Order: sequence, then structure tokens, then C-alpha cells
Amino acid sequence: MSVLIDERTRLAVAGITGREGTFHTLNNRNYGTNVVGGVTPGKGGQNVEGIPVFDSWEQAAAEVQPNTAMIFVPPRFAADSILEAAAAGVELVIAITEGIPAHDELRVYNTLKRDHPGTRLIGPNCPGILSPGKANVGIIPASFFKAGNVGVVSRSGTLTYQIGNEIAQAGFGCSSIVGIGGDPVPGSSFVDVLELFEADDETELVVLSGEIGGSAEEEAAEYIAAHMSKPVVAYIAGFTAPAGKQMGHAGAIVSGSAGTAVAKAQALEAKGVRVGRTPTETASIAVEVLGGAAVTAS
Amino acid sequence: MDLLEYQGKQLFARHGLRVSSGKPVTTVDDAVAAADEVGYPVVVKAQVLIGGRGKAGGVKLAANESEAREHASNILGMDIKGHIVRTVWIEHASDIASEYYASVLLDRSAKQPLVMFSTEGGVDIEEVAEKTPEKLIRHHVDALTGLSHGEAVEIATKGGADSDVIDGVADALVALYEVWLQEDATLAEINPLIVTPDREVKALDSKVSLDGNALYRHPENQGLSDSENEDPIERRAKEEGVQYVKLDGDIGILGNGAGLVMSTLDVVAQAGGSPANFLDAGGGSNAEKIKQAVDLLLANDAVKAVLFNIFGGITRCDEVATGLIAAFAEIKPSVPFVVRLDGTNDVEGRRLLAEAALPNVHAAKTMNEAAEMVVALAAGQSVGAAA
Repeated sequence: MSVLIDERTRLAVAGITGREGTFHTLNNRNYGTNVVGGVTPGKGGQNVEGIPVFDSWEQAAAEVQPNTAMIFVPPRFAADSILEAAAAGVELVIAITEGIPAHDELRVYNTLKRDHPGTRLIGPNCPGILSPGKANVGIIPASFFKAGNVGVVSRSGTLTYQIGNEIAQAGFGCSSIVGIGGDPVPGSSFVDVLELFEADDETELVVLSGEIGGSAEEEAAEYIAAHMSKPVVAYIAGFTAPAGKQMGHAGAIVSGSAGTAVAKAQALEAKGVRVGRTPTETASIAVEVLGGAAVTAS
Repeated sequence: MDLLEYQGKQLFARHGLRVSSGKPVTTVDDAVAAADEVGYPVVVKAQVLIGGRGKAGGVKLAANESEAREHASNILGMDIKGHIVRTVWIEHASDIASEYYASVLLDRSAKQPLVMFSTEGGVDIEEVAEKTPEKLIRHHVDALTGLSHGEAVEIATKGGADSDVIDGVADALVALYEVWLQEDATLAEINPLIVTPDREVKALDSKVSLDGNALYRHPENQGLSDSENEDPIERRAKEEGVQYVKLDGDIGILGNGAGLVMSTLDVVAQAGGSPANFLDAGGGSNAEKIKQAVDLLLANDAVKAVLFNIFGGITRCDEVATGLIAAFAEIKPSVPFVVRLDGTNDVEGRRLLAEAALPNVHAAKTMNEAAEMVVALAAGQSVGAAA
């Protein structure tokens, strides 16, 4: 097993005809993901290396029945594309787009909740999801990961690769790697993904990679204490970040005294979650809990 | 993007919130002219993006022209916690009967707008929240329907606003919500929201943060913020589309991906170093972008050593190496570099760097090793053979 995407995934991509969209869609297909279509308004009837392009999500849904949508369109069109995919009945929407206005994200989150409760949104501003050996949707470099029992959920892309790669070098693989994104209003939070990993037979341990801003890590700590039987190992980035400065991600900002790395690490540790001080230490703890040899730093 | 008080007030006025008439000025003569125009008594207020202006002497009441001249000349050019006052806002002084507090913000946890109101205004609201939480009304609004006047009346009533101004406070709350919504703000705060002796409800101060990602919808807001007090390197980075934050230390840092860069800062600090900046070269960095980034890093004179921490996903390590070699040919840095390349095309990247044999560039195998090396180099120690 794995979470969210696997061999049953039928992927369609909004923005498939753009340069990045084409590149990553084909990458995902080469990995083995079943890519059934693309959506670009005005380009219906064309195809990208044999993948049919439709004018709308409604058409794509009618013709090729995608169960997963990837959003690769520019920020100003992304919110509507997500909602159209949901309205067409797509169950899982993975939004890679960075730079979507926070108010649009708020509107999307609440509209999905009210009108399309059957659709789950991952992202925006995320690297996507990889279930090693099964499917890859997004921009996660699959070559660093193999199939295994570690679930990874993260607000950051490259940091996930760093930690995941160290775990892989110690001989462990991943059930799924889920990037929930670095924006202020993510469609899914740590808690949502932890719930999936807890229910997944294959996942034995979860690595949670958080960062400054918001309170998603604190909420995860509460959830872990109350509902998780599986061990969770955490990492938090941004101990040196000054207050009031946005550190790259739109959501990575300490506001006044809220959202600091110290507070997040303490909240997790107070609930018995071990928090690594560096990516390497985090991987080491995960490997130790899994019963493997110490990690050679990478 | 944080706005100065007067910029926030101008947004308030656009959405029907009452503010005192006033003028932003940058010279003493203009300040006096503005004071004559709005009518004495006036308040001369320093426009800086930092709290504690009043205590620092940046807010003064002037009863006549000579006082206005004196205060303006004292405040213009004043350094308030590192922020130089370049603009003062001259507004007609208000008589105050009560000081309330009102704000609208994006509650990331509830994923809804949050309206807050208190009759304990004019003081630090975090303190009110902590010591007398019952005096701070917190009301979540349905993001899809917005704040109705009836809901605002409930908030004002529950908060204990004087009964004769409940309607006025509710109007102010609805207007503030409109500011937040229509201007794509993440925070719109009034502290204090005053009631005058003739029972008018007015915004005496403003604190507004706008969402940079939404500025394309608001061309009229693009010139706002305190650009003159912005760090010149940060401003240049913004113009070049690079994510850069200036910090106080002496170790220049570049990585790819915001999380990895934040983590790199932490690991360097744990190794005893002090980062000079955050710089995310982004996914898919090409050689040209790397060259541009090196230029930015070295624009900070405090930088004594530089750490490149790359974990290649979309970013290819050979591209980073090529960019670094090109940057060295052009810029000829005088400080040592530590380069850690891992991930996509790392072998090729390391080979290119080794062949180029750049002066004072050291290769590190791991992130931790890289951090230790760069800390030693910044302290003037040697770390063995160059790459």
C-alpha cells in the first residue's frame, strides 16, 4: 500500500502544454504513472506525446475519467482550475503552482469543504506526491527513493529530498512522500496526511518535516498524541529565522511571537515526538527507530 | 508587504473608514504647510515600519506653527530602531473619548478570516489577549459569505462598545473587512479605533500587510511600502526575482529550495557560525541564475565566506557548477567558498568544479561537514586542500 497515489491513479494535468507542464508530465509518465489526459483551454483536440488535451476539466472527466488532477498553470488561473477539477468530480487535486494569492487559497479551501467534500487538495506550492515503484505526480526526483515503510510528509521539497536520501542510503524505502506545500492555506495539513499514514498497512514510521509559520506542527503534535500508534520523527527548519521576515515560502514567517521553530519543536517533544536538530540527525533517529544501522551523512 | 501608517489610512479611506484629514510630507517646510492646511492642533507622526514610535519621540502634538516646525525637524531623519524617518504624516489632532481595537486577519489554523474587537484599545493587544482574554472578542467569518452588518453589530455588542456607537463600530468593522478582502490584505488592524466626544468612530492608526502574491491585481498598491528603508540588497533581489533575506552574520548562504536554505542557516548556526543571508536560488537554477546569485551574496560587505548547499532535484548540479565557474571568471570573489553538491548530476558537477580548480573553493561531502568548513573559513582558519 501507499497513500493517495498508486497503480490505480489516472492522472490529468492542467497546464500540460506549457514548457514545465510538458516536461514534468512526461517525467511522471516515464516513471509509470498512468497519465490519461491534459487540460488547456483553447487547445482541446491537440495531444502531448500522445496524451490527449481537452479544453476543460468537464470534458477531460467525461472522456478519460481522471481520478487525480495535477495543477501546473500560472498563479492567476490556478484557483479556478482546482475548483473546476473538483466540480468535474476529480477526487484528488495536486497543485504544484507557487504564488497563488492567499485569498484565493482561502476561497478554494472553503469552497471545496462546502461544495466538493469528496475532493482532497494537496498543495499548492508543493512538489507533489511520490509512491515509489507505483506512481509519481509532481516534481519529486524519484531516483532518490525506493519502495519501503517510511511515510514522509513535508512543507518543503528539497529538504524532503535531503532527509529522504539519507534514509534511503541507510537502506530504507518510503511508502509515500507527500509534499503539502509552503503556503499559508494548504489544502491538506500535516494532520490530514498523518491520518492516511496511520491507516496505511505498509507505513511503519512517519517523518514529518515542518518549518516556521502557522501552527500546523502544533496541531500535528496534538493529533499524534491522541491518534497515532505509529512512531513519528520530526524535523523543523527555521530556528535562525528572524521574526517578520518571509523565508522563501509564503507561509514561512514568524508573526510576533507565533510560529517559531522553538515553539514547534517543543510542542512536538512535549507529546513524545523525537525531533532531529539537523536533517542528518532526523534521518538517524528514523533509522534507529526502524532498527537499522546508523546513517552515513550525505 | 507591510504598509506605513498613512498608506494604510489611505486604503481605509478608500473603503469608507473614517480617518482624520492629513498629509504625508518629507521636508520641514512641507510639514508646516500641511499643518496650516489641516488646521491646528496637529499630530506629527513618524512613518516607519516598527513599533514603539511614540516612546522613541516619533509622535508629537503641535498646537501652532512653531511647534509643528520644531517637531517636524526633530522627527525627520530620526533613527527609530534602525529605521530612518523619511516621511512624517501630519494630521489634525482628534479628541478622544474612548480607545477601541479592531482587526481582520487570515487565521491560518481555522482557515477562515478572523475579526477581533476590544474596548481595550491603544495598548499592546497581545497583552490584552494574554491577561484579559475575555475582553478580546474573536469572531470567525465565513470566507465565502463575508462579514454582514448584523454580525458586526453582534461583535461590537459582545465586546462591550458603548451602546450609542454600536452601529458606528459595526460600520467600521464591515469597512475594515472590505479593506482586508478587496485589497488582498493578510492583516488590517486599527489600534486605536477611537470614539470622539461627538461620538464619531475613527481610525487613529493603521497596520496593514498586503499579500505580495496578489499585487498583480492591485497595480495601484505596487508602489507602497517603505521602499526607502528597505535593505538595498533585498530590494535588488526583489527586482531580480530572487528570494533573499539579509541577516546579521558573516557567512553568505545559497541553497535551492526554501526549506533546505532555512535548514542550512540552522546547521551553520549550530556549527557556531552566523549566517549573513537567506538566499533560495530556486528549483531549476541555471548557470545564469547562479551567477546573479553570487553577485547578490557578495554585495554584502560583511560576508567573509560563502556556503553553497545544493541538493539537486530539478536543479542540476552540473548547471550549478557551470554557473559558479562563470561567476568566478567574471566576479573574482576574494572570500572562500564551500560547495556541497548532491543529487541530480552531482558527479558531473563535482568533476567540473575539480577541473576548474577555482581559487579558494572547497568541496564538502555532507551538509554538516560543509557547515563546519565554512564556519572555520569565516573565522580565518584553513580547512585543508581546495576542491
